[in-house]
Amino acid sequence: MASIDTPAPPAHSNRPPAHSGSGERNLLARLWYDKKTRGVLLQILTVALLFAFLAYITSNAIANLELLGKTFSFDFLNEPAHYDINQTLIEYSSKSTHFRAGLVGMLNTLVVAVCGIILATFLGFLLGVLRLSPNWLVSNMVYCYVEFVRNTPVLLQILLVHGLVVHALPKPREAQEWGNIADTIFFTNRGVFSPMPLPQDGFNWVIAAFVIAIVGSIVFARWAKKRQDATGQHLPVFFISLAAIIGLPLIAFLLAGSPLGWDFPALKGFNFRGGFVIRPEFLALWLALSLYTAAFIAEIVRAGILAIDKGQWEASLAVGMSRGRTLNLVIIPQAMRVIVPPLTSQYLNLTKNSSLAIAIGYMDIVATVGGITLMQTGKEMETMIIVIGFYLTVSLSISAVMNWYNKRIKLVER
Amino acid sequence: MSDASTTRKYPPGTHPDMPPPLLESGAIYWVRKNLLSSWTNVGLTLAGLWALWLIIPPFYEWAYADAVFNAADRSECQSLGDGACWAFIQERFKIFIFGFYPEAERWRTILTFALLFVAIGPLLFDNFPYRGKAMLFSLAYPFVAAWLLLGGFGLTPVGTDEFGGMLLNLIVGITGITFSLPIGIVLALGRASNLPAVRIICVTFIEFIRGVPLITLLFLASTMLSYFLPPGTSFDLLMRVLIMVTLFASGYLAEVVRGGLQAIPRGQYEAADSMGLKYWQSMRLIVLPQALKISIPGIVNTFIGLFKDTTLVIIIGLFDMLGMGRSSLADAKWAGLSSEVYISIALFFFLFCFAMSRYSLYLESKLETGHRI
Repeated sequence: MASIDTPAPPAHSNRPPAHSGSGERNLLARLWYDKKTRGVLLQILTVALLFAFLAYITSNAIANLELLGKTFSFDFLNEPAHYDINQTLIEYSSKSTHFRAGLVGMLNTLVVAVCGIILATFLGFLLGVLRLSPNWLVSNMVYCYVEFVRNTPVLLQILLVHGLVVHALPKPREAQEWGNIADTIFFTNRGVFSPMPLPQDGFNWVIAAFVIAIVGSIVFARWAKKRQDATGQHLPVFFISLAAIIGLPLIAFLLAGSPLGWDFPALKGFNFRGGFVIRPEFLALWLALSLYTAAFIAEIVRAGILAIDKGQWEASLAVGMSRGRTLNLVIIPQAMRVIVPPLTSQYLNLTKNSSLAIAIGYMDIVATVGGITLMQTGKEMETMIIVIGFYLTVSLSISAVMNWYNKRIKLVER
Repeated sequence: MSDASTTRKYPPGTHPDMPPPLLESGAIYWVRKNLLSSWTNVGLTLAGLWALWLIIPPFYEWAYADAVFNAADRSECQSLGDGACWAFIQERFKIFIFGFYPEAERWRTILTFALLFVAIGPLLFDNFPYRGKAMLFSLAYPFVAAWLLLGGFGLTPVGTDEFGGMLLNLIVGITGITFSLPIGIVLALGRASNLPAVRIICVTFIEFIRGVPLITLLFLASTMLSYFLPPGTSFDLLMRVLIMVTLFASGYLAEVVRGGLQAIPRGQYEAADSMGLKYWQSMRLIVLPQALKISIPGIVNTFIGLFKDTTLVIIIGLFDMLGMGRSSLADAKWAGLSSEVYISIALFFFLFCFAMSRYSLYLESKLETGHRI
């Protein structure tokens, strides 16, 4: 070991090269041993390699496309699709274009993702809180559920739930004997059938009242906050808003003379007709994705609540806040900071896992554009670009929104 | 007091400890504290018991009491009992495990699997006998396994299209786990690098991988990858799947490791620099050991996710364990047994993944040095 006193040789020697003959090599060596220039050299090298690689695969792709006699264009989107889709949120028939089919697929993906996120969040928070409950039995039941769900593949769960929906629920004919709620909502292996509300003349007033109630609640909440900042008095904003949002439309509904009809499902032949239908594929995918993601969210919520120091509870109770307000104003805002980032990635995972729909025949974007359209047109490259572009857009926008929210609730440090 | 004389037998201070009051210890205390401490708690207990009563007895009857373990087909099953028909699983068990691997060569897969434990043991446990020498075998294992499974050099060659069942899950899972960790670490270091070009490339790659579902990447591998190769060349579908699964997992691992890197205080980097360590030295000796230690739970979670995701290969037409189960449902002799098949396969995955998560807990406690960062 060299002692500390020994003068170390300077790292960047400024001495002129001893042998002028090897000046060029020394220059290169000096450039290499200088941290800054080495960084620049390394980056130039990396970028050059990347571009060489990209150029290589692009030239391969062009050569391959030429060999197969294919062209790169998105014209096929305007051709008729010639295939049927079992769940369509917008008008669609087999004569519609591939573009329309893709749009239907995208909407199907989005609808199952949004419904899944809502149900999974609700179940996940419920399970997370139950997992922390002082009750040994309930806590351990939730633990078993969470561990079992987290440790089995989601595709398997989707197939299992789909199998249960198709095999365990009654056939439409039998559903009139069992598997219905008061003969209005029928649970069958062809889907869940419920009455569909049909708005009639004057229903616009109800919608208008609903919008007015929401806008009014927001204004009221702002005013209440200002008032509380000024006077310290607290108003029960939540309950007043809730009453307004439910009450106003209800009054408008009654005043307009109940302008709402119902389309009841009725058994015709082998299946129900009319009413509002939830298809078995959607039901299976929605339930399976929600149950799966809820297990992960439960763990996140549990970790978030445990991360809050017990002293926060005690301090808040000590200054005289009630338990409810402690939870609302002290614990949850702090726990959300821990919960939101991993929660975002669970939402993203759910959206991405919805692509497994193809395994049970739910027509999402992967099944329409990436499946049948690809097979029919042979446009592998174009269809995959559309599918990947769609998922990237959705993922990046969800994370942008959640990042914005996360920034808003971030701890403001001095 | 009347009984004062009996207690006075002990000199002061030597009285043995009295047992705690009956309601402060033992089973009654436990039940009161954990199940009946408040009215909400009593309600929860009742709700829990009710849920258990709804779930357990019917499931027990279905899965065991009324189940049929030996039968020739579905109708015989139904005549023998109205519970689960496990006879089907028994008949298909071998195909679930080995897929289409030739019957005469199956000893090779079993040997590969047995050797896996020899190879993995020294990596997992410190006190493995002859650990140093066994590590050499671990290094050679991938080649040995590839030779045993694929054949050649004296063994009958077996095509990768004959791989299937649990074998396929294990091949994809273990290959992905082995190769994604180093790639993920390199990507994480690249993302944390102060060279902008390197950082941008790594960020783009990671965000792309994390932004799309694995299915689309697998579709990419099965339909599009051959376009990017020189005309006339193509390589094995399984190989393409392995590459995609590895890249996919490495994108997620990179983010996990990045979290670990960010948790290391700046002082550690600066201390390493001031010791005169070069970049790779300081990473290898100072930063990564600490960063990886805190990322263990995340890394293992990613591995578990990867292993579960190996089932997605059925979407592009490979037959893993789930694929075998699903295709066997089409057998008219055994129609309508999806629950039996899926529950057995779920059990298999549960055992593997649960074991992995327990190991991660063990590893965390082993590496815990007391001062958390």
